[in-house]
Amino acid sequence: MRHNVYLYILGMWVVSYLIRVLPLTLIRRQITNRTIRSFLYYVPYVTLAVMTFPAILSATQSPISGALALVSGLALAWFGGSLFQVSVACCAIVFVAELVIA
Amino acid sequence: MLGYFAVSIALGISARNAGMTAPQATIASALIMASAGQYIGFTLIAAGASYLEVVVMEAIANARYLLMSCALSQKVDSDLPLRHRLLMGLWITDEIFGVSVSVEGRLNPYYNYGMAAVATPGWALGTLVGVVLGNVLPVRVVSALSVGLFGMFMSIFVPPMRKNRVIAALVAVSFAASYAFNAISWFGGISSGMKIIILTVVISLGAALLFPVEGEEDGHAA
Repeated sequence: MRHNVYLYILGMWVVSYLIRVLPLTLIRRQITNRTIRSFLYYVPYVTLAVMTFPAILSATQSPISGALALVSGLALAWFGGSLFQVSVACCAIVFVAELVIA
Repeated sequence: MLGYFAVSIALGISARNAGMTAPQATIASALIMASAGQYIGFTLIAAGASYLEVVVMEAIANARYLLMSCALSQKVDSDLPLRHRLLMGLWITDEIFGVSVSVEGRLNPYYNYGMAAVATPGWALGTLVGVVLGNVLPVRVVSALSVGLFGMFMSIFVPPMRKNRVIAALVAVSFAASYAFNAISWFGGISSGMKIIILTVVISLGAALLFPVEGEEDGHAA
């Protein structure tokens, strides 16, 4: 079955907007359930980590350049690199590495 | 906010790889304004996933905005009219949230509108540039820009690892589990979207039960 891309986008927008707007409009008090709060606190880190590895290894022409980007990205972010710096550094490392490998 | 532009170019390239056209990707970026969420969405669209799968994954990927929205609900004036709350909800992103919670005292909604007026065009145009240039750029440049998003993810989840050992351990567990999921052929029938949902829920819930978060930490999930 062929899917309509605009319907996908509409669905993504509706669910994203509901997530963003519902707490802001409905909740006037702090969430008190400790487990729910802790779960929501950990979710972004786990999701981003699961998405990053091992996918970064297959995103590039060679797994070696992907691995180099992973290691340098982790190190740079650890030592305080900004979102922009880490992104650009990863791109630059892959570009240079693939020049050398190829 | 300049960082938005570079990351959105990478996002545009992933949209192009997913077979999306320039208008589709640009509209998606202007509306959704979520890097990780859009990336997952595009990946699932490329895989021909069902609408339900995309919507569920979008909810999981953007679950952090639920927390940010909770935090902002404490930050604005409690008398703030509904129309402002409905508008502010459109532009809760990692960066806008990060800046708006750092404001002293009560948050004026026009502060968020000002940031959104800069971020939204940058994000949408960057995506457009990514889709358009992705067609003419050499393979090597596209390959290099493809890791830009992963760089952004790392810049979000790595700094808290330094301050919080639980998060550091969780990232290590997530890496290992994610790798194992891909390596073990028994899981071969499970799509990458479902894999992210399953691992996120299991690992986060386990961590929430074993290491519940104390009081004031929940505002730092950006």
